[in-house]
Amino acid sequence: MILTLHDYWSERGCVILQPYDMEMGAGTFHPATTLRALGPEPWNAAFVQPCRRPTDGRYGENPNRLQHYYQYQVILKPSPPDLQELYLGSLAAIGVDMATHDIRFVEDDWESPTLGAWGLGWEVWCDGMEVTQFTYFQQMGGFDCKPVAGELTYGLERLAMYIQNVDSVYDLAFNDAGVTYGDVYHENEVQMSTWNFEVANTDSLFDAFRKHVAECENSLNAALPIAAYEQAIKASHVFNLLQARGVISVAERQAYIGRVRDLAKGACRAQIDKMTPQWRANFPEWSL
Amino acid sequence: MTDFLLELRSEEIPARMQDRARADLEKLLVAELAKAGIAAGEIVTYTTPRRLALIARGLPEATEAVREEVKGPRTSAPEQALEGFLRKTGLTREQLTDQNGVWFAVTEKPGRATAEVLAAAIPAIVRAFPWPKSMRWGDASLSSESLRWVRPLQGIVAIFGQDLVSCEVAGIESGFATVGHRFHSPHAITIGGAHDYAEKLRLAHVIVDQDERRAIIRDRAGALAAEAGLTLIEDEGLVAENAGLTEWPVPLLGRFDEGFLDVPAEVIQLTARVNQKYFVCEQPDGGLANAFVCVANIEAKDGGAKIIAGNQKVLAARLSDARFFYETDLKVPLEEQAKKLEKIVFHEKLGTVADKVERMAKLARWLVEEGIVKGADPAHAERAARLAKADLVTGMVGEFPELQGLMGGYYAKAQGEPTEVWEAVRDHYKPVGQGDEVPTAPVTVAVSLADKLDTIASFFAIDEKPTGSKDPFAIRRAVNGVIQLIFGSSLTVSISQVLDQASRWGYRLNLLKLIEYPFWLELHVRSSAQAKQDDTVFRDLKARYGVDGAPVDSLPLADTVLSYQRMYIGDELTKVVDFFADRLKVQQREAGVRHDLIDAVFALGGEDDLVRLLARVHALQAFVTTGEGANLLAGYKRAANILKKEGWRDAAAPAPTPTMREMADHSAPFGEEPSRLPEERRVIEVDLANGHIPQTGEEDPLAEASAPAGAPAHEPAEAALIAALDEAEPRAAAAIEAEDFEGAMAALATLRAPIDAFFEQVTVNDADPAKRQARLALLARMRAAVHRVADFSKIEG
Repeated sequence: MILTLHDYWSERGCVILQPYDMEMGAGTFHPATTLRALGPEPWNAAFVQPCRRPTDGRYGENPNRLQHYYQYQVILKPSPPDLQELYLGSLAAIGVDMATHDIRFVEDDWESPTLGAWGLGWEVWCDGMEVTQFTYFQQMGGFDCKPVAGELTYGLERLAMYIQNVDSVYDLAFNDAGVTYGDVYHENEVQMSTWNFEVANTDSLFDAFRKHVAECENSLNAALPIAAYEQAIKASHVFNLLQARGVISVAERQAYIGRVRDLAKGACRAQIDKMTPQWRANFPEWSL
Repeated sequence: MTDFLLELRSEEIPARMQDRARADLEKLLVAELAKAGIAAGEIVTYTTPRRLALIARGLPEATEAVREEVKGPRTSAPEQALEGFLRKTGLTREQLTDQNGVWFAVTEKPGRATAEVLAAAIPAIVRAFPWPKSMRWGDASLSSESLRWVRPLQGIVAIFGQDLVSCEVAGIESGFATVGHRFHSPHAITIGGAHDYAEKLRLAHVIVDQDERRAIIRDRAGALAAEAGLTLIEDEGLVAENAGLTEWPVPLLGRFDEGFLDVPAEVIQLTARVNQKYFVCEQPDGGLANAFVCVANIEAKDGGAKIIAGNQKVLAARLSDARFFYETDLKVPLEEQAKKLEKIVFHEKLGTVADKVERMAKLARWLVEEGIVKGADPAHAERAARLAKADLVTGMVGEFPELQGLMGGYYAKAQGEPTEVWEAVRDHYKPVGQGDEVPTAPVTVAVSLADKLDTIASFFAIDEKPTGSKDPFAIRRAVNGVIQLIFGSSLTVSISQVLDQASRWGYRLNLLKLIEYPFWLELHVRSSAQAKQDDTVFRDLKARYGVDGAPVDSLPLADTVLSYQRMYIGDELTKVVDFFADRLKVQQREAGVRHDLIDAVFALGGEDDLVRLLARVHALQAFVTTGEGANLLAGYKRAANILKKEGWRDAAAPAPTPTMREMADHSAPFGEEPSRLPEERRVIEVDLANGHIPQTGEEDPLAEASAPAGAPAHEPAEAALIAALDEAEPRAAAAIEAEDFEGAMAALATLRAPIDAFFEQVTVNDADPAKRQARLALLARMRAAVHRVADFSKIEG
C-alpha cells in the first residue's frame, strides 16, 4: 500500500521522503511539512511518518486506537485545483472501490495550538470511518501561508483495515506469510501504554521539557531554525507524555501549550528571516 | 419576465453553514437588484454539499431609467459649500439646476439590461459573501488579497433566461456547465436554465433541493426502522446535517453488538449522533435497540452491504471506547473524583471547582434547613451537592462534555447513593433553557438552586455581570434557571435573602482560607478583640494592604473576601434583584405577561418573592384589561398629571428603608451554621413587611384632606370620593396582607365611578387656595391608594 502511494504521488511530482527520526504526534510536525509550508517556493512531497500519541494508548484493547501508528503524508504547495480528484485517484490506486464504499468529505477544521497553525478542510470518511485528514493550510507558526498548501494525511492502519476487511487493527496481515499487525505491535502497545500512563518518571520529564526549551532558545540565538524546530518537536512530545501521566492541570495545560507554540513560532520566524532574501529574489510578488 | 439561475459550485460546504448561506445569498442578490432598481420576485435557494444555488423568477429584461436628484446647498450659500457639493457629486456648476434657490444635482440613468446588472452583481456577491469561516487556496493565494470562499470555488453557472450571464471571479468564468454526483456522474453536464436545472441534476444523481433530501432521509430512515420492528428516534438536527452531507442520500440500517447496551443509552445515542451522525432506534418496549441508521451518499452496487459493514465496524470501535471510559470511571468512587476538582480552576478570582462545590454544599443544606425548599433531607442535599461536579473529571465527560450531570447520576447510582441524591446529581444543571424540563424533586431543586445562586452571587461579586450581548459565564441562563425553579415548585423565597446567603458563604469560606496566613489571622484576632464583631474587621482590608507584612500572594484572596462582603453590605444585591426583574420580564413575555405591569409591581420595592409578585402582576393584568381597570388607570393618570403639573410633592419622600443587609450584617463567620441566627431572620421578616407596603399613610396629607374640622365644604363628588377612599383603602390593604390580589383590585375598582364623577363635577383648580389644596391632597391620596397595589405610572396605555 505504501509502495502504491509512493508510486502514485511520485508520478504526480512529489519527492518521496523518509520518516523523520523523532517522536512526533502527527506527520504535520515533520519539518518537510511545517517549515516547508512557509514561504513562496513550490513544494510537493510524500512520506510515511510514525506517530506517537501517548493519551490515545488503550493497552492494546481497542480495535483501532493506538498510541503508536503510521500516517502517510502528502503536501502540495501551492494546492492544485484538482486536489480532491488527485486524492480520490490515490484511494482508487490502493484499491478502494468507490462504487461500493461511501466516501464523504465531512467538515473538520484543523488547528494545531502547539504549532500556531490552522487550516480548513475535511476529515474524509470511508463508510463512516475517518481515513484521511484533508487540509488547506491557512497559517503556520502564526504566519499566513502564501501560497496555501494542501495537506493529505492518510491513516494507514485504518485504510488497510478497509482493504483487508478486518475488524481489528491487530488482525491486519503484515505480510503474506501469516504475520499480523498484532504480532508486530500488540506487545508494544501494552508496554508503552503502561509506561505512558503509569510509569514514566515525571520529574525527569519536567526536567527534559525545561532542557528542550532552553536548547531551542540556544539554537534560535545561533540562528539555526531547523535545530530549534527539532527541540520544539521534542518539547511537544514530552508535554504529551506529561499529559498522559495526568500531572498537568487544566490551568497549566494552556501555559505549556503556549510555551511549545512560542518555540515553534520562534523557529518559523527564524526560518523566514533566514530564507527571505532568497524568496524575495525568486518571487518578487511574494511578501510576508 | 425572465428567470435567473445561479449556481456557485465549490468543494464540500460544511453542513452547518448551508442554511445560513442560502439566506445570505438571497439577501445579497435582492440587495444588488434593489441597487439597480429591480424588485426581486420569487426567489428559491438550494444547497447541496457542493453547490449553493439560487433561482430568481420573473425578473424584468431591463431596469427602468432612473432619475436621481441630490439636494445641495442654497444658491446663496458660501462658495466653499458649493465647491464641496461639486466635489461630492463629481459635477460641474453648469450641470446643477437651481430649484427655488437651492442647487440640485440631477442625474439621469438610462435603463440597463438586467443581464448586465447580474453580471456585475455576481462577482460582488461572491466577494462580499459572509461565510462564518473562509479560506484562500491555490496559486492565487500567494497574495493575501486572493478570493476567499468557504472551500475552493470551482465553477459558476449563471443563466438569465436561456442566455449566459457572462462574468468572471478570480479566474473562474461563468458558463452553462456543472458536474453531477461525485461518484455516480462525475462528468460535466450542461444546464439550459432555471427551468431544467433541478431535473438535469436529478438525472446526474443530485437532488438539489435540500428539503427533498431531508424528506427522503426522514421517511426512509423511519421506514427502515419500522421494517426491523423498531422505532426511529427522530432527530431533525441529524436529518438536516445528513442532508447537508449528501447529494443523493441513501439511508441504511446497521446493527451493533447487544453487549454494548450495558453502556448508558444516552452515551450510545450521543456517540452515534455526534461522532457518526447516525440515528438510533427504540425497541417496542422503549429501550434502546442495537440498531442504527446511517445515511450514505451513493446507491452502492452491492446494495450497501459493504457500507453497512464498514459503519458497523466504526460504531463498534466507538462504543468500545465509550465502554472503556465507563468501566474505568465506575472503578473510582465519586468522592475520590471530587478531590481532583481542587485542581480545576473555576475562575481565577473565585477559586477552584472544589471551592464552588463547598459553597454549593453549604447553600443547598441551608435552603433545606431554612424551609425554603421543603420536603428534602438536608444531609441528602449536602451530599448531592458534594458529588454533583465530580463527573467533570471522569473519562466519559472528558470525552463527551455534554454528558455532564447525566454521567454523575449514573455513577452515583452505581455506588449506591439514595435515589434523591443520584437524581439530584443527574439533574442539577437543569433547567438549561426556556424549553428544558424544570426539576421539582426537592433535593434536586436545592442543589440546582444552590449551584445557580452561587454562580450569580459570585460573578456579580467580582463584577463579571453580563453586559449587552456578552455573557461569558452564562449568568442570564442561571438567573432564568432560578426563576424557573422557583415557579416550578412555587417556592416562597426572597431573592435578595438567598443571594445574601450565597454571598455570605462565599465570604466565609474564602475568609477561612485567608486566615491560614498568619498575618491575616493575627490581624483578625487583634481586631476581633477590639471590635467584638468578627467580620467587620475585614471590611477595610483593602485600605490596610499597606500594613507591613501582608503576604503578596494572599492579596487576591483578600480581594475576593471583600468582593463577597460587598455583596451583602450596601446596595449590590438590589442590582442583582433588578437583574432578576429584567429576566422575569423577558421570560414572562412569552407567557403573555406585560412587562410594564411587572415594572409597576417591582417599582413598589420590597417585593422580591417572585411567586407572590407574579400573582400580583396576573391580578393586575386581569384588572387593567377590564373596562373598570382601564378607566381607573385613565383617572389615575389624569390625577397624576394634575399633581405633576401643580408641582405637588408628597409631604415626605419615602425614607430609604435600612436594608436587611445592613441590619443583618453581624453573623459570626466561623460557626458551622452562623446564618441561622434567629435575630437575623426576624430582622429580615420585619424589614420585608415594611417594604411591602409603601409608606403612604404618614406622608400623605390625607388627614388634612379628609379632616372635617375647619375644612372647606366638600362638593358632593368630592365627598363621595373621600367616602370611597375611606372604604377602599383598608379593604385593599387587608386584601394585600392576605395576598388576595384580586380582592385588592376589586377594592380599587370601587374608586372608578367616584373618580370619574370627581373629574366631571369638581374643578381642582379652584380660586380658593384652601379648596384647591384640599382637592390636590385628595388626588394625592387617591394616587397613594392605587400605589398600594402597583405603581400605575409604569403602566402603558
